[in-house]
Amino acid sequence: MSELTGLTIAAARAALEKKEFSALELTEAYLGEIEGANGALNAYVAVTRDKARDMARACDERLARGEGRPLEGIPLGIKDLYCTQGVHAQACSHVLDGFLPRYESTVTANLWSAGAVMLGKLNMDEFAMGSSNETSYYGPAINPWRASGSEEKLVPGGSSGGSAAAVAARLCAGATATDTGGSIRQPAALTGTVGIKPTYGRCSRWGIVAFASSLDQAGPIARTVRDAAMMLGAMAGHDAKDTTSVDTPVPDYAAALGGSVKGMRIGIPREYRIDGMSAEIGALWDKGIDWLKASGAEIVEVSLPHTKYALPAYYIVAPAEASSNLARYDGVRYGLRVAGDDIIAMYENSRAAGFGAEVKRRIMVGTYVLSAGYYDAYYLKAQQVRTLIKRDFDSAFEKVDALLTPATPNSAFALGAMTDDPIAMYLNDVFTVTVNMAGLPGISVPAGFDARGLPLGLQLIGKPFDEANLFRLAQALEDAAGETPPAQRWW
Amino acid sequence: MSVDEATVRRIARLARIAVNDEEAHRLQGELSVILDWVEQLGEVDTAGVEPMTSVIPMVMKKRDDVVSDGAKADDVVANAPVSEDHFFVVPKVVE
Amino acid sequence: MDEMVRSAPKDKLIKGATGDWEVIIGLEVHAQVTSKSKLFSPASAEYGGAPNDHVSLIDAAMPGMLPVINEECVRQAIRTGLGLKARINLKSVFDRKNYFYPDLPQGYQISQFKQPIVGEGVVYLDMAEGEQIAVGIERLHLEQDAGKSIHDQHPSLSYVDLNRSGVALMEIVSKPDMRSADEAKAYVTKLRTILRYLGTCDGNMEEGSMRADVNVSVRRPGEPLGTRCEIKNVNSIRFVGQAIDYEARRQIDVIEDGGTISQETRLFDSRSGQTRSMRSKEEAHDYRYFPDPDLLPLEFDQPYVDALAAALPELPDEKKARFVADFGLSPYDAGILVGERVAADYFEQVAQGRDAKAAANWVINELFGRLNKDGVDIVESPVSAAQLGAIIDLVASGVISGKIAKDLFEIVWSEGGDPAEIVESRGMKQVTDTGAIEKAIDEVMAANPDKVAQAKEKPSMAGWFVGQVMKATGGKANPQAVNALLKDKLGLE
Repeated sequence: MSELTGLTIAAARAALEKKEFSALELTEAYLGEIEGANGALNAYVAVTRDKARDMARACDERLARGEGRPLEGIPLGIKDLYCTQGVHAQACSHVLDGFLPRYESTVTANLWSAGAVMLGKLNMDEFAMGSSNETSYYGPAINPWRASGSEEKLVPGGSSGGSAAAVAARLCAGATATDTGGSIRQPAALTGTVGIKPTYGRCSRWGIVAFASSLDQAGPIARTVRDAAMMLGAMAGHDAKDTTSVDTPVPDYAAALGGSVKGMRIGIPREYRIDGMSAEIGALWDKGIDWLKASGAEIVEVSLPHTKYALPAYYIVAPAEASSNLARYDGVRYGLRVAGDDIIAMYENSRAAGFGAEVKRRIMVGTYVLSAGYYDAYYLKAQQVRTLIKRDFDSAFEKVDALLTPATPNSAFALGAMTDDPIAMYLNDVFTVTVNMAGLPGISVPAGFDARGLPLGLQLIGKPFDEANLFRLAQALEDAAGETPPAQRWW
Repeated sequence: MSVDEATVRRIARLARIAVNDEEAHRLQGELSVILDWVEQLGEVDTAGVEPMTSVIPMVMKKRDDVVSDGAKADDVVANAPVSEDHFFVVPKVVE
Repeated sequence: MDEMVRSAPKDKLIKGATGDWEVIIGLEVHAQVTSKSKLFSPASAEYGGAPNDHVSLIDAAMPGMLPVINEECVRQAIRTGLGLKARINLKSVFDRKNYFYPDLPQGYQISQFKQPIVGEGVVYLDMAEGEQIAVGIERLHLEQDAGKSIHDQHPSLSYVDLNRSGVALMEIVSKPDMRSADEAKAYVTKLRTILRYLGTCDGNMEEGSMRADVNVSVRRPGEPLGTRCEIKNVNSIRFVGQAIDYEARRQIDVIEDGGTISQETRLFDSRSGQTRSMRSKEEAHDYRYFPDPDLLPLEFDQPYVDALAAALPELPDEKKARFVADFGLSPYDAGILVGERVAADYFEQVAQGRDAKAAANWVINELFGRLNKDGVDIVESPVSAAQLGAIIDLVASGVISGKIAKDLFEIVWSEGGDPAEIVESRGMKQVTDTGAIEKAIDEVMAANPDKVAQAKEKPSMAGWFVGQVMKATGGKANPQAVNALLKDKLGLE
C-alpha cells in the first residue's frame, strides 16, 4: 500500500492544503492500487482513469489558488447504482447493458461540487438486491479480510460490497453506497469500515437507480467516523427534484465531532437479543455498552416489540416497490433487448435474459403480493406493521437519545455459503432493516474482531435527522475500540 | 402460503419475465418458502392501524408550472437499442 | 354498481324483437388539464412537436428519475371539482397502475385509485321540452397521459413518441345515470362547456384533449343492471352517440338470440360506425395498484380551496338562471347563449343598456346563423358586440327599419365600419316625413284606381299598397306611418 492511500480523508485534506503532495499524485496512487488489486478483489466494475486525472488536475488548480472545497482532491469510488454522466451506470445488472446516462445523480454532483474526484464505479449486488455482492452481473466483489490462517474467499457483504471492499482495501479514500435494508451498514460491519445510512430524505434519490423508493437512502462508507461525517456533509441536502428529500439545513457533521457524550441516554432494545445470537455478537454488544457507559452515557433498557416482524414486512414492501420500479427495464428505451415474436415476447425475453435469479425472485414476490386479491393480506398488512415498528421507535426515543445494537448477526462468510437459502441470506439484515422501515439514521462502526480475526460492527440508531449526535456517539465507540488496522494484504 | 406452478407462470407473465419449465419449478419452491415465511405477519394485530404512507412526516412540495425541460430528443433516444428519426422503435403492437 | 339508478321514461326505451330494453350509460371522460408543463415533469404539455421533443428524462423513465407534482394541475383539478359541485378531498393519494405497454415508459401510470382529489358531484343536463336530468359525478382524479405509438408506418414495427407521456389528465367518472345516446351526448357537451368556462381543459376533441370511455349495458325495464362493455377512447361527441346506439343494439341482439354479454373492452371504428372487441386485451388485467412511494400524499387546506371557489367564474347553469331572471329571456334562448362563455359574454355586451330580448334575437338568429354559415368562430366574428349593439340602437330609435337593419348587418359583416355612419352615407335612413310618404301613396293610388276601388270592398288589399309604397321608397319608409296614412286615405277603419 502506498503511503498516500493510507491516509484518511481528513488527513489527506490537511496534507493537500499544505501542498505536501498534489491531488493528481493522490489520485495516481489510488489508480495504481486499483490496478494491482482489482483483479483479485473485483471491487470496481469500471475505472475512470482519464476522468479522475482531469478532475484531480482541476483540484490542483483550485488548491493552488487557495480555493479548496471540503473534499477538494479526495478520490472516491461510486457505487454502480448512481447515474454518472457518460460513465458506466448499470446497477451491476445485465439488463442495463451498455447504458450511459446523460445525467448526473444529485448526490454525486454534490460530491463533485465539493471537490471530490471520481475513480470509477463500484461493484454491488444487482439492483442492490443482496447481502453478499454475489448477485452482481460482474461477479462477486471479494472481502479484503480473510480469517486467520485461511485463504478462503469471503464476501464483503452487500449490497454495497464493492464500496466496502474498496474502502477496506484502500482502493479509494471513501465510497458512496446506498442502503435499503442494510446495504451500507452490513458490508461496513463485515469489512471493518464505517457506514452511515442517514435519515430517509436527507440525501436526494434523484439519479440513483431505484430499488425500493420508500426505503432507499444514499450514504457513505469510509474508514473513520470523521471521514464519514465529511462525506455525508457533502452528499446531503435538499433537492427540489426529489419530493421526498427534506428541506432542512445540513449541519456541519464534522464540527459536531469530539463533543462529549456524557449524560446522553442510550437505549438497549431487548428484542435484539434474538434467538440463536452467537456468544461473540452478544459479547461485542456488551463491550459496546461498557464503552458508552465509560464515556459517561446512561444505559437504558428499552423495548421495540415489533422487531421480529420488520424483516418479513420488509420482504413484502421492498419487493413490491421493486417489482414496479424495475418495470421500466423493458428493452425499449435503453439497455438489453432480446428479440421475440411480438412485443410481449420481446419484453419477456429481454427481462428473462437481463435480470439475475435474485432480482427475478424479488420481482415475482413483489408482483404476487400486489396482485388482485392479495394486496390487503400482504402489502397493506406490511405497511401497517411498518407503522407499528415506527411507533415502537417513537416511544423508545421519548426515553433515550439513541439506540445501540449489533450491526450484523455474524462476521463475513464464505462465497456461496448462503446462496442456496434466500431466507438465511435475508437474515443478514435482521438488525439493520428496522431502521429503513422507520426511516431513521443508523451507523455501523467497527468494534473489534471475532475469534477468526474478522471484523465486527456495532450499530447506533438515532432520531430522525439526528446524524450529528450519531456521529458523536460513533466516534466515542471508535475511540474506545481503537483504530482498525487495514486488512492484511494478500492480493 | 404455497403457490402452484400455474400461479408462478401467471405472475411471471404479469411481470413479463419468460420462465422455462425448470425455472417455473424452482421458483414455485422458492416463492412458497418466502411467502410462508412472511405469513408470520398474520400474528400481528393491525386492526385500526394506519398503513405507513411516508416515514418522515412532511408535506409534499409542489412545482411551479414552468417549462424548463425537453428539446433533448438526442439525449432521450441516445441509449435506445433501436431508434429512427428520434422515435423509439419496437416490434409492432396490435390493438 | 348503484341499483337505485333512475328508470328511463317510456320514450327512451329501445324496442327489441322480444320487448323493450333500457340502455344504461356511464362515462369516463379524460380531459387534458390546461397547463404549460406536464403533471410530474417540467417538459412542455403543448400538443404536437417533433418526435420526443416535449420529453424530459423523467417522461422517458430513465433510471433514477423522480416525479415532482405541478401545482397548477392540482389547482385546475380542484377548480374543476368545484365547477362540478363536487366534494374536494383535502388529502388524496397517487397510486401506480402497473402494466406493460411501449408508450408507457415507466411500466406504470401514476394515477389516483383509492383516494382521488375530487369526490361526488353533479352535472345538470337540459334536454328537449324542458326536461332536466341530473347526472351524478362519481369522482375526478389526476393521472398521467401515455405516449403515442404509430402502427401504420411499417409492416412489422411500431414507432413510439413520448411527447404526450406524462401530460396531466383529469379522469371524470360519471355515475351510470344516462339512458340514451342523446343524454350521453348532452352530458359530454355540458361537461365540455363547464371545463371551457373554467379554463381547465380546452375541450379540443380533435387533438385528443377530451376523449371518453363509454360504458354501456342494457336491461329490461325494472330489472337488475346487465353486464357492461367499455368502449375505449371515443373522440367526438357524435361518435359517442353512434357508439352507444350501435353497442346497445348489438347487446340486445346478442341477448335476444339467447347469448350473454361478456364484460370486455371494445373499440369504436368511426368509419364503419361499429364497435369491436380489442384483441390485445384478451388477457385479464391485474394492475397491482399501490401508493406511489416516490410521492407523498397530496395535501392542501380548506382556505386554499375556498379561495379558488371564490375566484371561480360564473358557470353556465348560474349564467343561464341569471339571463332568465334578469333579462327575461326564455330558458331555451338562455341555454343557447350560455353554451360558450365567449358567446354569453358577447351577448351580455350587446344587451348592456338595450332591450335584452332584441339583443338575444339578434345574437342567436342573425349572428350565430351567419357564423355557422361561414364556419367562423365567435372569437373571430367580423361584427363586434359594439357594432351589433349600434345596429340594434338604430332600429330601436327608428332610424332604420328591421329589414334595413339586416342589410346593414350584412354590410358590417363583410366591410366593417361604424353602422351609424354607413346608414348616413348610404342613405339608408327610414323615411318618417309624412309629406314624402303621402306623396308616394298618392302616386301609387293615382296609378292604380282599380285597386283603390277594390280595397274599399276588401280591406286586406291594404297590404298590397304597403308593399308598393315601400318599394317606391326603397324600403326606407316607416312601415307604421305608411299603414296609418294608407288606412286614412283609403278610408278604411
